[in-house]
Amino acid sequence: MQPIVTKELTKKFGTFIATNAITFEVKEGEIFGFLGANGAGKTTAMRMLCGLLRPSSGEAKVAGFDVYKQADRIKQNIGYMSQRFSLYEDLKVKENIRFYGGIYGLSNNTIKEKTKQLLQKLQMEAEADQLVSALPLGWKQKLAFSVAILHDPSIVFLDEPTGGVDPVTRRQFWDLIYEAAGRGVTVFVTTHYMDEAEYCDRISIMVDGRIQALDTPRQLKAQFQAESMDDVFLKLARGK
Amino acid sequence: MRQFFVFARKEFYHIFRDKRTLLILFGMPIVQIVLFGFAITNEIKNAEIAVLDQSRDYYSNRLVQQLQAGSYFKIDQELQSHQAIEAAFKEGRIKMVVVIPPKFGESFFHLHKAQVQLLADAGDPNTATTLINYARAIIGNYQQELNGPQSMPLTINTTVRMQYNPALKSVFLFVPGVMTLILLLVSAMMTSITIAREKELGTMEILLVSPLPPAMIVTGKVVPYIVLSFINALVILGMGIWLFGMPIKGSIVLLLLECALFVLTSLGLGILISTVTDKQQTAMMASMMGLLMPTVLLSGFIFPVESMPLPLRLLSNIMPAKWFIIILKDIMLKGSGLREVWPQSLVLCGMTLLFVTISIRKFKIRLS
Repeated sequence: MQPIVTKELTKKFGTFIATNAITFEVKEGEIFGFLGANGAGKTTAMRMLCGLLRPSSGEAKVAGFDVYKQADRIKQNIGYMSQRFSLYEDLKVKENIRFYGGIYGLSNNTIKEKTKQLLQKLQMEAEADQLVSALPLGWKQKLAFSVAILHDPSIVFLDEPTGGVDPVTRRQFWDLIYEAAGRGVTVFVTTHYMDEAEYCDRISIMVDGRIQALDTPRQLKAQFQAESMDDVFLKLARGK
Repeated sequence: MRQFFVFARKEFYHIFRDKRTLLILFGMPIVQIVLFGFAITNEIKNAEIAVLDQSRDYYSNRLVQQLQAGSYFKIDQELQSHQAIEAAFKEGRIKMVVVIPPKFGESFFHLHKAQVQLLADAGDPNTATTLINYARAIIGNYQQELNGPQSMPLTINTTVRMQYNPALKSVFLFVPGVMTLILLLVSAMMTSITIAREKELGTMEILLVSPLPPAMIVTGKVVPYIVLSFINALVILGMGIWLFGMPIKGSIVLLLLECALFVLTSLGLGILISTVTDKQQTAMMASMMGLLMPTVLLSGFIFPVESMPLPLRLLSNIMPAKWFIIILKDIMLKGSGLREVWPQSLVLCGMTLLFVTISIRKFKIRLS
């Protein structure tokens, strides 16, 4: 069973078509990059897959559940991290972890155990009782990602997760993503950074609500006779 | 249920770690009630007046003494001429001048008619009216005293009793008013701000993606404020009773239930505001301008509704605060029970239902 399957998925706002009949599949444990200029329809597509937005037409299944009828089941099985922070700045690191564990229904013992593991992995044991607002940006993002997969979802959606951090921190962030994918978690990520696109197993590029290209980074570069993903993207976005 | 407690605990962290929120929650009610109770008052005490006594006989002297006798007036100056009146007012201290014309006692007993002129500084009309009324009452008493019991066969004796608030204490009006204002402010403004904050910071999205049902998100955010609002209501009531001697003649249980009802109405309003705004600033402005101002002006808290022109009187009916103030005053001062205040309570129930229904509909539209 594929974690994400869509067929002709469409969302209209009045006469404006935000996502126009997109069809794609994401494989288990895959890192799937979702690229596109601002306003190309990425966020709309992602919101439909997360059960936040009802599609106008078409089909989609996430983690085997229908986006129309089983949005609640989908929510149980996915993690989500947005471009803006998913963490509460005025809560301590520990309290944030406990809060998100709590709303996903984890038991107190599980939360305690997971908190310990998580802090150890991120080497943040010393900061457990600090307010999130006191942490550097890169740390916050790593923490936000770890919190998003705290309840062991089968799919995690990342909406421009690495905005505003330096390449080194971004690389460290991707190590976390690889590690999660290695454990079988499917990663669906939107990004602006073309160097990040290269880290994905497969990428799709959206232009004006449609998916214009979908393949591995290597294949795409070959197909468009481009040096880098940057070139591929520019060629597509400019309309050839 | 566990999810709910996790959520509510998070909300308490937000509240107790934000000094501004704490100040609004607990500082403001106390400051307001003290301000309204002690400083801003309609009562007159020791108002400074001047006397121009051109008669200077036994009877005029006694009249002046009578004026001074109570705690209402303090004679600041004895004027010597009419010209001095203008100058005395201009100094600004004097609020009223009593002019007693020559031969006061003589004309009273021989012509059966004496005159006293009262001049008040009507720059502040309310104070002027109150001063004149006090002075008239004192002069009236004096007149009866002079007449003795036997004279003047045909008179109508008016005895006045200020029912429910014999001492005309303005604090009796201000305690229910401030309580209403604070509950409205805390419940409506704070909840609309706290929900708008989640939207502004982007955490609302995370919550909506989580398995929490939207209704639980809203209740989880609102319940801590219900608890705190209720504590606030108790504090204000306590201050009213022990600091200002406000009576509670009716049932205290009913009073608290009505408080709870009004808290719910205000929360409904707050949630409604938050469904139409995405920014904390907007939520705050909407609550301040759209809620507080009209409430202060139209609820009968400061200006009596009865003396407003018809359009404003009609408008005042949509203020939840107006109904709550009536309920509070009736229960506290008149000792009314549910039999008397059920119409107002019903209005509040209806409003609550309306706000919540609209909010739910708006919330759903946003999601789809």
